[in-house]
Amino acid sequence: MRINGEEHDRAPRPGQCLRTYLREEGCFGVKKGCDTGDCGACTVHVDGVPVHSCLYPAHRAQRRSVTTIEGLKGHPAQQAFLAAQGFQCGFCTAGLIMTTAALTEDQRADLPRTFKGNLCRCTGYRAIADAVAGVVNATTPEPGTAVGANLGAPAGPQVVTGTARYTFDLEVPGVLHMKVLRSPHAHARIAAISVEAALSVPGVEAILTHADAPAKLFSTAQHENAAEDPADTRVLDDVVRFAGQRVAAVVATSEAAAEAGCRAITVEYEVLPSVLDPEAAMAPGAPQLHAAPNNVVGELHATLGDVDAGFAEADAVYEQTFTTARVQHASLETHGAVGWLDDDGRLVIRTSSQTPFLTRRAVAELYDLPADRVRVLTGRVGGGFGGKQEMLVEDLVALAVLRLRRPVKLEYTRAEQFTSATVRHPFKVTLRAGARRDGTLTAMRLRVVADTGAYGNHGPSVMYHGCHESLAVYRCPNKSTDAYAVYTNTVPSGAFRGYGLGQVSFAVESVLDELARQLGIDPVHMREINIVRAGEPLLAPGDHVDDLSIASFGLDQCLSHIRTASSATDPAPPGWLVGDGMAIAMIAAGPPGGHFADATVTVLPGGRYEIAVGTAEFGNGSTTVHAQIAADALGTTPDRICVRQSDTDVVRHDTGAFASTGVVVAGRAVLDAATALHEKILAAGDESIEGMTAAGHFAGSPRSVAFNAQWFRVAVDPQTGEIRILRSVHSADAGTVMNPLQCRGQIEGGVAQALGATLAEHVDIDATGQVTTTGFRQYHLPTFADVPRTEVHFAATTDAIGPLGAKSMSESPFNPVAPALANALRDATGVRFTALPFTRDRVWEGLQRARRSP
Amino acid sequence: MDLNTVADVISPARVGQWRPGDAWLAGGTALFGEPRPHLTRLLDLTTAGWPPVTRREDGLEIAATCTIAELAAAGHDLAERCCHAFLASFKIWNVATVGGNLCAALPAGPMIALGAALDGTCLLQGTEGERTVLVRDFVTGEGMTVLSDGELLRSLHLPAAALAARTAFRQGSLHPHGRSAALLIGRVEDQGLALTVTAATKRPYILKFRAFPSAEVVQIALTERIPEHEYVTDVHGSPTWRRHLTRLYAEQIRQELSA
Repeated sequence: MRINGEEHDRAPRPGQCLRTYLREEGCFGVKKGCDTGDCGACTVHVDGVPVHSCLYPAHRAQRRSVTTIEGLKGHPAQQAFLAAQGFQCGFCTAGLIMTTAALTEDQRADLPRTFKGNLCRCTGYRAIADAVAGVVNATTPEPGTAVGANLGAPAGPQVVTGTARYTFDLEVPGVLHMKVLRSPHAHARIAAISVEAALSVPGVEAILTHADAPAKLFSTAQHENAAEDPADTRVLDDVVRFAGQRVAAVVATSEAAAEAGCRAITVEYEVLPSVLDPEAAMAPGAPQLHAAPNNVVGELHATLGDVDAGFAEADAVYEQTFTTARVQHASLETHGAVGWLDDDGRLVIRTSSQTPFLTRRAVAELYDLPADRVRVLTGRVGGGFGGKQEMLVEDLVALAVLRLRRPVKLEYTRAEQFTSATVRHPFKVTLRAGARRDGTLTAMRLRVVADTGAYGNHGPSVMYHGCHESLAVYRCPNKSTDAYAVYTNTVPSGAFRGYGLGQVSFAVESVLDELARQLGIDPVHMREINIVRAGEPLLAPGDHVDDLSIASFGLDQCLSHIRTASSATDPAPPGWLVGDGMAIAMIAAGPPGGHFADATVTVLPGGRYEIAVGTAEFGNGSTTVHAQIAADALGTTPDRICVRQSDTDVVRHDTGAFASTGVVVAGRAVLDAATALHEKILAAGDESIEGMTAAGHFAGSPRSVAFNAQWFRVAVDPQTGEIRILRSVHSADAGTVMNPLQCRGQIEGGVAQALGATLAEHVDIDATGQVTTTGFRQYHLPTFADVPRTEVHFAATTDAIGPLGAKSMSESPFNPVAPALANALRDATGVRFTALPFTRDRVWEGLQRARRSP
Repeated sequence: MDLNTVADVISPARVGQWRPGDAWLAGGTALFGEPRPHLTRLLDLTTAGWPPVTRREDGLEIAATCTIAELAAAGHDLAERCCHAFLASFKIWNVATVGGNLCAALPAGPMIALGAALDGTCLLQGTEGERTVLVRDFVTGEGMTVLSDGELLRSLHLPAAALAARTAFRQGSLHPHGRSAALLIGRVEDQGLALTVTAATKRPYILKFRAFPSAEVVQIALTERIPEHEYVTDVHGSPTWRRHLTRLYAEQIRQELSA
């Protein structure tokens, strides 16, 4: 086979696909996104023709010429993706560039059709459209003007050449492969496991079962305060509580042998009664999953003011129950880790994680190792969205490495992402709210049931967070909340962009819309009447950490952007129903209870500087902002700054890249370090400054809040249920916008991901608890054709807490999208849709039902 | 993905070589798209050198190994529209084959729609010899065909008369450019109409009307000839909605062809 101009003689294995062969030959730019032909991340050219290498039989390419991203060598498409910054995490980018490089003019003219075989989970595709169109978005700032500039990501040149190194893009000599046998039952006790036959499979080196696992219970969820998350999980358990849970792990010299080993294991299960619905799980006599009574792992019951009195004062009252679906993060890079012992015998784990430091702590505790005997690091991470704020593979890899004292890797398949990772918590939310004739809210009564699945993970924290900012953004004096996080025998729920707020805001913003309708008040004005204002306290029922305040307020500006947007008109197809809808959201800039970041900045030879920071880069862009912050503080340009990151050897501690903290916490630590270094440099006079270093630290408190507002105009075809978004407008209050290009990208990506959850995505579970949507062919991710262009506006504010006046803007754009769309759908059709997602069949059926019972 | 249990590839493969654990390999886009732990050998047909598209007096012969890209470029409008009905992009078209789509026998298979709508026939070859089967009879249910063990699909034949007829095409999906939830093709036949329903139903249904039908006749025929339980229930659209789309598109097609 000729690969990028060079002959490769090694024969592929008979059933091997071209993707894995190319990677084995060192072409790490060829990515595995799905391995089923749906995402296009593995696109290569065979004899000049673009194909998905995961579906291409390797033997067929033997006498052909293959070009991978590594062989493009300065193709205009690479330059175009760099100039446009047509990527975030970059995992899909090589495939997109290889596809773009092969397009005809006709194909370029119809990108929605052309790119149906390329999935990007980060960008929302606007940046990709720009790249194909040759738009130049990135700029090169002058010294001292980096903050506020559209600087491109420092890793951009690596991303577009396929040389950025993700978790598995390195050779680990002698690495063993792990495959996991998973439970077919929703709830069962493992009576016996027979491994003899499996151990006899050639190449199988070890089989791990619950007998090999520590008895300790832990939570896969990662937070600075580990006590936040219920310790209810074992590395391998003798009871399985969801279909897809680990039963045994086989470690072998090849994936083939590991798979054969899994097939050769026989397990005797004692099947236990299971419960799949959270309301049923709370009922008396329901099967119990863990020690928590009634399967309730977290609950909140609290009241502010007098809710009954509030309702008595109301002129309009509306109550409705809303449900949201299980959603998969679908980061294009799956979960996975590779571990080994270094020369000093220290355990090293390279993993696709948002929390290397917390994962090190968790692994060390699990195996009774001192923290300094464990090193956890990441490569570039191929998307996270909260899914990687979780220890889903590292514990098992560590067990195998410690047992065998040899390198071991575990890489999830795409199917395992659906059956055996985590999902967005499905919520059932009932909200009753009342308002006076003038629009003033008098009472809000909230009931929330969040399904945490078989393990607690982030369950209680997501429930608390979901019930806070969603209500606190309104200054209603009487509020009550009853909320439950409940175990069921289903795939566990975990952290996901918005962390509960999106689900509760779907209800709150839909109910506000109905109240405004009843009272004949414009929905934007309804918000203006009721939102909190600068200087006012943020109040929601329950004990919430009191370090949160409005340190800058731009929600009023966001609302006026929305009002301006709605004054224009848009053409719609004849016979279609047209409507407008909007919603708002507020989010805390950082989690309660502490979020720590250490950073150091050091002078390198030749007038260059190095930032060391713990936080991971997965397309969130915090690395870019860190370079901008440091460049301005040091009076230099960002190209003179290099960043070492996400490695427990690099700095003392970093809580992790989650809870919207990359700029406001880690960025603050970088600012402090760079400022301190600059002062030292100034004080040094004529002394040599090379090697001079300074440190910064931030503990993540106090915290401010960021605001978002989304507006849609939709057209609905009553004959088919099709929803077409005629216009999408988003306004965000991010404080000082450190990098408008990136921040816009975060917003566009958040809106696109939320549109997926609003219009398409649902992880389905059958009556026996099995996940039935196990690939991108069953689980529809937004493609280029699904995502409209969103106009993005920023409020002009400067935050009193955040570094240089900045606030968070990564999770929150997700949160107002579903209710804004639901409100537009209501406006167009007259029907209130309460269950996500709004697929065409459900919309059409909803319209039919409404027609039958007006 | 890697099919790790496969120990051998026979290329080019011939009828008679098949044994249990074997799979005929055409493009590979279906075979390599999901785990196949029962497979031990692949019998590669793409190296047999079958000409992809052959124009004959009596119509078009399309080899099973003809790629979707080759068919789309063959200059036949309805065939090209059916190619665009693939969920898969042009990159998959470069590898996936007409025969592979027929043999996968998925309700949404657009080559099944094309073949059924044009009264196409499948040429099957097995150790017992050859036989021809109408496309509409080739697919018997979701993922099921009349192929017996060791038998292979050699080609699809589309008759000249049907290829020359006026047709109308409608496709609906949950998503733009998404997988077909209903794909209907109407063809004027003599003075009447042949209406093919696919994607919405578990197997293709061809409703033939000797005289050009009224709207009412089409709706009654759909109700009477397609049982309720024959509408597909899966994640790509509810059966009620698929039935509705079928009726909606049938009427649109009827109107378009009546003009």
